[in-house]
Amino acid sequence: MSSETKQILTTDGIPLEVSLKKAERKNKIKAFLLVAPLLLFLIITYVFPIGDMLFRSVDDKMVTQMLPKTFKAMENWDGQELPDEEVFAAFHEDFIKLVEDKREGKLSTQLNYTKNGFKSIIKKLRRKSKSFEEGNYKEQIMSVHKRWANVEYWRAIKRRAPEFTSQKYLKGMDMYVNEEGKIVSVEEDRRIHRVLWLRTLEIAFFVTVFCFLMAYPIAHLLATLPMKYSNLLMICVLLPFWTSLLVRTASWMILLQQQGIVNDFFVGIGLVADDNRPEMMYNKTGSYVAMTQILLPFMVLPLYSVMKTISPSLMRAGKSLGGTPFVAFWKVYFPLTIPGIGAGCLLVFILAIGYYITPALVGGASGTLISNQIAFHMKSTLDWSFASAMGLMLLSGVLVIYWLYNKLVGIDNIKLG
Amino acid sequence: MALKKDFVKFDKVDKSYDGKVLVVKDLQLDIEEGEFVTMLGPSGSGKTTCLMMLAGFETPTNGEIYLDGKAISSIPPHKRGIGMVFQNYALFPHMTVYENLAFPLRVRKIAKDEADKKIDKALSMVSLQGFASRMPGQLSGGQQQRVAVARSLVFDPQLVLMDEPLGALDKNLRESMQYEIKHIHENIGVTVVYVTHDQSEALTMSNRIAVFNDGKVQQLSSPDELYEKPVNSFVAEFIGENNTFVGEVSDISGGKCKVKIANTDILANPISVKGKGEKTKISLRPERALINPSDRMDNIHSGKIEEVIYHGDHTRVRINLLGNNQFILKVPNSSANLDIKLGKDIKIGWNSEDARALDPS
Repeated sequence: MSSETKQILTTDGIPLEVSLKKAERKNKIKAFLLVAPLLLFLIITYVFPIGDMLFRSVDDKMVTQMLPKTFKAMENWDGQELPDEEVFAAFHEDFIKLVEDKREGKLSTQLNYTKNGFKSIIKKLRRKSKSFEEGNYKEQIMSVHKRWANVEYWRAIKRRAPEFTSQKYLKGMDMYVNEEGKIVSVEEDRRIHRVLWLRTLEIAFFVTVFCFLMAYPIAHLLATLPMKYSNLLMICVLLPFWTSLLVRTASWMILLQQQGIVNDFFVGIGLVADDNRPEMMYNKTGSYVAMTQILLPFMVLPLYSVMKTISPSLMRAGKSLGGTPFVAFWKVYFPLTIPGIGAGCLLVFILAIGYYITPALVGGASGTLISNQIAFHMKSTLDWSFASAMGLMLLSGVLVIYWLYNKLVGIDNIKLG
Repeated sequence: MALKKDFVKFDKVDKSYDGKVLVVKDLQLDIEEGEFVTMLGPSGSGKTTCLMMLAGFETPTNGEIYLDGKAISSIPPHKRGIGMVFQNYALFPHMTVYENLAFPLRVRKIAKDEADKKIDKALSMVSLQGFASRMPGQLSGGQQQRVAVARSLVFDPQLVLMDEPLGALDKNLRESMQYEIKHIHENIGVTVVYVTHDQSEALTMSNRIAVFNDGKVQQLSSPDELYEKPVNSFVAEFIGENNTFVGEVSDISGGKCKVKIANTDILANPISVKGKGEKTKISLRPERALINPSDRMDNIHSGKIEEVIYHGDHTRVRINLLGNNQFILKVPNSSANLDIKLGKDIKIGWNSEDARALDPS
């Protein structure tokens, strides 16, 4: 069957497909022009900066560009013994240039990330290098400090040769590349990030569970109450949305602190002794309580929108067919709310996993999440590449969860309203 | 085994939702075993409330309902063993047809082979064999309806309630489903209580019809009696078409009464009038009044044709008769009746027996 026999022509003899495309092109261009400003805005303010930020997490050109000749000379070096004169000469040449540009300080900081001890020997090298004679740089540099004669330091320099690095990602997992080039974990007492990752997952998981347990009855009430009551209840659910996140978190601080309202109440009813008030803030409890309250609407709304569509006659049918109220609920009502549960849980979990302000304010040391660590590196240590590496790890974590969810429940089953 | 006369019994049942208005007033209703009883009435007349009380989703405010001799007010719906077909079918959308039908059997812990047999039987009853693995969403409205019927019958209930089950179907399908449900009822002999506001549906399907209005049963009788012999003017007007005359009784004797309408006396059958001077409303079915009447008829009057509407097999003729310009006649389409023209005066006659003098409301 040839395509010509199938081709349909318009009355003017133009193939139908061509004619259709022509007729639709104008509309397509119009539609594109309508979204073009937004698209441009997104690219400039969203895609580009985020891409740039993420690129920083693997970008390691700085040292590569500071020591170009050294790395070229090092290409033939096997890394077993000390490098030969050629490498030392190239290093000297690069170093003199850096000193002229006053950039040797940056080099020392960067090399110090790779191996401790570079800072002082580079300072010393700068001082001594002024009186270096031409030729035989190997001897001269090695005589500056005994570490310059240690092959491990030269190996550390060589490790910085590639333009790209996965070092920040390894650091995010409390791992690093050791002298032999193997990936190993840091000592146990210095592993801070793994704990944070696990805690982030744990808090996000339990916040999701708490939100679900509380939101399900609320959403059910909302969906079944008569209009005049359900409207009021809906306003109560949405009220937090109209209040600033900071205000809400601050009010939790007033409620939860040791001399706060909740503790006063517990003491008042004799639940706890006055001198033994429980700490409900600046720990995990604080994060749980505040985050659950703040994220609750994100669980209520998808559940509500799904429950609203379930006809009350289905429960009645379940009962009239002989199911006890529980069986009717479990076999009929509950399965029909799964799309809402999926949407709500996914939403709350993803929001919780990247939550920042609330845990920073009420979480204390044991209630902070990975996002607080990211913020710390963005603002305090200025190690942006590390911050963006962790950001990307968080993002991939979310994507993995999304993918898993799609495998288990199916993303097209989701219903947000 | 003799069929029980009062298989279902509403005994002085009142129902109020807000404590101010009675939706159902002093309901007294007996339903025989194996009967097909329809509750017919306009919306808001309390018929669905009665059904819901029977199913257990509403509790009577006063009085008691008996099922097979047992008071059921305190029994929760799931223990009553009553099958129910809902207005919008209420099939479980996340279960296949098979699972829908298996639901009532599973909660009763019936063994799988037996359950399969029952499901097969129920599906063949509604001629849906081979649809067991479909989801309700893949079925047409009529098919969903049949699944709902099959589901309500699959666990062999003694009583099946149907709440306007055909309301969502189009006219042709509705009619064929009426016959289908009627045949199922005849074949398995289950007691059916059916709620509808569609009088033709009620007339077609039922053994007896309870006409509801204003929370009360106005008349409970067989379809033909309901149509031919309505006991009050609400029933007469609600069921079928009806010509009415409002007047005053001027004489009553020998099973007939004279009613004065627009200075003319007509003879009528006194149903709910007792004496002279009472106001009354006379009800006369359009097909009981004839043109070119024979002399034996005791009411013969003449009127002017105001409108003629062609209906194929018959012609509807609107006549101004005795001051009532809404008097309708159904004239069969035969060659003898070709002279019906707009504006003509014609003679119309009927037997006084067919003109029922009812309450004036």
